[in-house]
Amino acid sequence: MKTKVLLDKKAVERTINRMTHEILEKNEGCSSLSLIGIRTRGIYLATRIQSKIKDIEGMTLPVGVLDITMYRDDISKMKSPEVKKTEIPFDVNNMTIVLVDDVMYTGRTTRAAIDAIMDLGRPKKIQLAVLVDRGDRELPIHPDYAGFVYSVNRKEEVLVRLNEIDGKDEVVIVRSS
Amino acid sequence: MKWSKKDLLGIRELSKEEIIFILDTADSFKDISKRDIKKVPTLRGKTVITLFYEPSTRTRTSFEIAAKRLSADTINISSSTSSYVKGETLKDTAMNLESMRPDAIIVRHSMPGAPYMLAGIMDSSVINGGDGAHEHPTQALLDLYTMREKKGRIDGLKIVIVGDIAHSRVARSNIFALRHFNAEIVCSGPPTMIPPYIETLGVKREYDMNKAVQDADVIMMLRIQKERGGTSFIPSTKEYSTLFGLKKEHIEKAKKDVIVMHPGPMNRGIEITDEVADGPYSVILDQVENGVAVRMAVLYLLTGREP
Repeated sequence: MKTKVLLDKKAVERTINRMTHEILEKNEGCSSLSLIGIRTRGIYLATRIQSKIKDIEGMTLPVGVLDITMYRDDISKMKSPEVKKTEIPFDVNNMTIVLVDDVMYTGRTTRAAIDAIMDLGRPKKIQLAVLVDRGDRELPIHPDYAGFVYSVNRKEEVLVRLNEIDGKDEVVIVRSS
Repeated sequence: MKWSKKDLLGIRELSKEEIIFILDTADSFKDISKRDIKKVPTLRGKTVITLFYEPSTRTRTSFEIAAKRLSADTINISSSTSSYVKGETLKDTAMNLESMRPDAIIVRHSMPGAPYMLAGIMDSSVINGGDGAHEHPTQALLDLYTMREKKGRIDGLKIVIVGDIAHSRVARSNIFALRHFNAEIVCSGPPTMIPPYIETLGVKREYDMNKAVQDADVIMMLRIQKERGGTSFIPSTKEYSTLFGLKKEHIEKAKKDVIVMHPGPMNRGIEITDEVADGPYSVILDQVENGVAVRMAVLYLLTGREP
């Protein structure tokens, strides 16, 4: 097994900074904007973006947590994966929602997340922010904000590690030999 | 943890870990019932049959709603409208239903063990919806869920079960579940309705209801099982209600934040007064609400189990 560091601690920080600015620029500020993190690492990324927006704009955006398990398209093959809680403590109607995830790959997770949000109401817009876009899509879905774009082949795996859960910040590529 | 059991037949066969896993999974499903769109696509394409040989309002409806909110297709069969009246055996009915390839079947039957027999001959998941005076596992699970929700814990609680313990599948399943936890379980009722060896289940007996409810955290009332000859064990329902009907005075002896539970259907004026049933301590309707979440969790785990 070979590993290669794609982003180190500093680079992760800079990437999230840039994504935050892009989100604010594209939405011309942050009124009626909210963040929803996809379990597990998307939650921590969403919370970091929230605190950066507070530093820049002085506003605390609402943050929700989404568990997509109930909406997976491969659930019948997955043998009852553990279902965790979805906690979205705000009304999604007419909101611009930025979905936040760590890695974008086939697009299936995003599809499930969009369906899950639609069942909660009718947001004005849903945008997608991912720390790493590794390409190789199976659905016509693309991120609005991609921290780092890196084409990875199917034998490789992209691992995002975040301090809150993994004890350090980095993005690595693992190649099974 | 990964779920591996095909069937849910009794609480007795479940480990503490499995019980907690079902309750935690139910937690994730509970919010769905509070939304405008009360449906998720999780069990799309699955078929769930309820096969009830005894009357039911709550359990059958609760299972049907749970399955529908998970997008499964549901079919309800009750004995009065089935070929049972033409003399078909339970086994034949089950094998015929099995040929239509359902994914889960919920059985209620007056014969203890009926769901166990079906589980052995069917590939679909079998869920016990109550078998005679034996077990009613989903009722116990929703009762524990409600206790945990209202009290924040099960360990350390004093739980008093009052009524016809001997004929109650609800009491039996609850005792099997609660004994995994560090809770004090006290059974109260007329001596004719408390089994002689109840202590072997780790349960205390107290014939005086006034003493039993002292400092209770949970009071669970049971119904006189008229369909199982329950009234022949007491001199009269009037005497029963005088001695074992839950009244305000009992509530005052219990802990300040006591909760009152009842699996339904209630016989108002016999085992519980209107004042208590509709009072602030009653969580009887919360039990019904939680029943849907718990049954969603059970259907989800059983139909998608690890083979």
